[in-house]
Amino acid sequence: MSLPQRTACAEPAPILQRGQHEVFCGLTSIIWLHRKVQDAFFLVVGSRTCAHLLQSAAGVMIFSEPRFATAIMEERDLAGMADMHDELDAVVARLLERRPDIRMLVLVGSCPSEVIKLDLSKAAARLNAAHAPRHRVIAYSGSGIETTFTQGEDNFLAALIADKASSRSSGAAAKLVVLGCLADVVEDQFSRLFAELGLSGVVFLPGRDAINGLTVGPETRFILAQPYLGAAATALEARGARRIDAIFPLGAEGTSAWLRAICTAFGVDMTLFDTVITQPRRRAAEAMAHYRPWLEGRSVFFFPDSQMEPSLARFLSREMGSELVEVGSPYLHREHVAAELALLPAGVTLSEGQDVDQQIDRCRAANPDLIVCGLGLANPFEAEGRVSKWSIEFSFTPIQGFEQAGDLAELFARPLMRNAILSNGTDRRGAVR
Amino acid sequence: MKLSMWTYEGPPHVGAMRIAASMTGVHYVLHAPQGDTYADLLFTMIERRQSRPPVTYTTFQARDLAGSTADIFKQACRDAVERFKPDALLVGASCTAELLQDDPGGLARTLDVPVPVVPLELPSYQKKENWGASETFYRLVRAFVGRNPRPENIPANSCNILGPTSLGFRCRDDVTEIVKLLTDEGLDVRVVAPLGATPADLARLPEAAFNIVLYPEIADITARWLKTAHGMPFISTVPIGVGATQQFLAEVRAQAGLPARETPGRDRLTWYSRSIDSNYLTNKRVFIFGDATHAIAAARIASEELGFRVCGLGTYMREFARDVREAAAKYGVEALISDDHLDVEAAIVAARPELVLGTQMERHIAKRLRVPCAVISAPTHVQDFPARYSPQMGNEGANVIFDSWVHPLMMGLEEHLLQMFRDDFEFNDGASASHLHPHAPVAIPAPVPAAADPAVSVAAAPAGVVAAWTLEAERELQKIPFFVRGKARRNTELFARGKGIHPITVETLYDAKAHFAR
Repeated sequence: MSLPQRTACAEPAPILQRGQHEVFCGLTSIIWLHRKVQDAFFLVVGSRTCAHLLQSAAGVMIFSEPRFATAIMEERDLAGMADMHDELDAVVARLLERRPDIRMLVLVGSCPSEVIKLDLSKAAARLNAAHAPRHRVIAYSGSGIETTFTQGEDNFLAALIADKASSRSSGAAAKLVVLGCLADVVEDQFSRLFAELGLSGVVFLPGRDAINGLTVGPETRFILAQPYLGAAATALEARGARRIDAIFPLGAEGTSAWLRAICTAFGVDMTLFDTVITQPRRRAAEAMAHYRPWLEGRSVFFFPDSQMEPSLARFLSREMGSELVEVGSPYLHREHVAAELALLPAGVTLSEGQDVDQQIDRCRAANPDLIVCGLGLANPFEAEGRVSKWSIEFSFTPIQGFEQAGDLAELFARPLMRNAILSNGTDRRGAVR
Repeated sequence: MKLSMWTYEGPPHVGAMRIAASMTGVHYVLHAPQGDTYADLLFTMIERRQSRPPVTYTTFQARDLAGSTADIFKQACRDAVERFKPDALLVGASCTAELLQDDPGGLARTLDVPVPVVPLELPSYQKKENWGASETFYRLVRAFVGRNPRPENIPANSCNILGPTSLGFRCRDDVTEIVKLLTDEGLDVRVVAPLGATPADLARLPEAAFNIVLYPEIADITARWLKTAHGMPFISTVPIGVGATQQFLAEVRAQAGLPARETPGRDRLTWYSRSIDSNYLTNKRVFIFGDATHAIAAARIASEELGFRVCGLGTYMREFARDVREAAAKYGVEALISDDHLDVEAAIVAARPELVLGTQMERHIAKRLRVPCAVISAPTHVQDFPARYSPQMGNEGANVIFDSWVHPLMMGLEEHLLQMFRDDFEFNDGASASHLHPHAPVAIPAPVPAAADPAVSVAAAPAGVVAAWTLEAERELQKIPFFVRGKARRNTELFARGKGIHPITVETLYDAKAHFAR
């Protein structure tokens, strides 16, 4: 009897944790979405806490007037619902008067607005009636009770896909939709590769304009560029598109597999595929090699943050030779990350959800060489003499694709390099670079 | 509902966290949805604290709302007490939990935890961060001081310092500076709270002769209660600035029963400000905004010690509006009491200052308007929690203030040369001050005259008034250094409107200059 070649990790149940979750809510994804989608304005309907979160997270934002704001609910709003909708209309009117350049206004639900069941979809429909066609209004939830960090992007994209205005677009149906926010430079690199591979009709979602419609036909295929897009994938499937299954484009291996899945789906000649990716793949390997000495054999512990953890762990273990202690994720979309989990080494602990105090206990006991965790935990760990990599950076840095494989490796290697420099007064392996 | 781009204060539970994080032995169980743990970052990143703040969050999610969130809260309390073994437990709700009405205070009473529990009622939809901090400190002090009688024979020179907190503006160094100052004067500083204090320290508060309130927004209510309940007098002159420090020391000595004496300032601000190099600072227009304490102190320093002219003064703290109005009246300006960032921006535009002293938010505004700016008050970001010793209070505080407020301004000689020779290709309005880094504010580019009529340009005038300028007058206006150009434009337009002059010519410009003469 032959056993399947898959490693143990795909099958055993992860540790399911319930306790204090040290994570961001989905509102935080506004920080990158408002820069990516340039004609959209994100209006959070919430409390002072929501406003405080956004500005603390975006504290160093260089513009005095970013493309997001909060409609802060006050005592009198909680008195009666009808009043609240009038208040919201007034806030939106004031905002649009101030920023006539906004083409798409996105109402973002928060914990307080959801607990009192303020119906923002209904509000969006009403506001659309008042402000269309000059301003389009959609709504989604970024609340902490519903979403964790990157899931805010998921809900935004799902709302964008479901939006009637975008489905009315007249152009030809997209052949391939690349789903998930990518840095502009990464998007451009993939576009060039697709062109070389002879693929046309590729649409990136989100693109730089929210208002440009997306046409989905029966032949439309889509592929996830990010692992946290369960709702957006469902929304695309509801419109008839079919998903291409692949691991995520992190590292040389991930990017090759991701592109290969696309090429297989579209029947691209594999000789052409090999020709096109040979050079970029070689460059990626060369760039990653600089950092391998820093990461090889090092043990790494992932705290849950963005759902990118299984893919990042796969990259570290398979391409950089790191050892994995625990891979935590706020949520595991079993279908979308199945292939990633299958590539993780046997014996790695998977955890879903969090009880932060217990997880800290496990981490201290394991004493890993590198801890990937959020900003609330990073400095306290450093003060204990441990080395940490703050995980939010993976959402704020171009890391996908061949050309960024070295940068991705460097993100993990940098804290270890810094630790060596500050401990010894010299970067011992500096000569390797 | 209120549209907010930036908020000056966080919600009240963040104030409560600041008190818990300031003290040792206090743990805070906060009923809050998943995501509210972002507040930990304020402490671990901005303040670079080395340990996690002593806060346990229930972090409930949507699926928990169907079940019993009250049970989650009770379990979190039990777990926190068992794990962290605090001397006292604070319990409270964040804005979302407040809507659920689980009543953390009532629930905590039903728990049989072996430590004192202090419940907090912080109305999130009415009150804000400083109020939350003040209320929490007051509740803790009431809980631990109680109504026990004060000991007899308290030495008259013993005092407590109340108000410094975690995440407060320069509290760390202010405490060091003031404790040293007081010790040098022969005072016996007993308890500093909440920063660094334990619940047992709070219980010892009545053992000192009097209290010193360094930060009224945090400790005013507590000091008043200690006065009412225990007859403890308190001093609330805030020693920011040379004059204020002198006054503070005189009051402290009187309260401590020490003979009055001159306490010569050991600051450098006094001489630096008098030295001839500072002459050009005279009557520079400065706009001041921040928390009430720092704004009032800054206005006094600016007008009395640096020779600036206060052209605007305001605070985001409605609780202290009366004090700020009183101060503003002294400088002949109307106080701006608002927590609306857009109102503040409008006021700064209207006042046309040459320097803005404000918070992190005013830094954004000043950057956009290209006006020099220094930060004098919370809210601040990470760069205002510096590694070096940088108090605002006492003598060294005055030195720090002199340096940091004058720094963003263009230096004297540079200002002169710029005025004399306008067309230097490297050294002009568009170039930033030579001692500043390349990202410093640069001058507003000269407005392009309206194309339709080459002889007359329409200037962007404040308050919706559109005044027509002849092209020649517009060119002449550009010869005025950029930092006073806005003021000159406004004065000229005011003058022209008053006299019914239209359009504005070079003559009008100089007539107005003579009329208003700085």
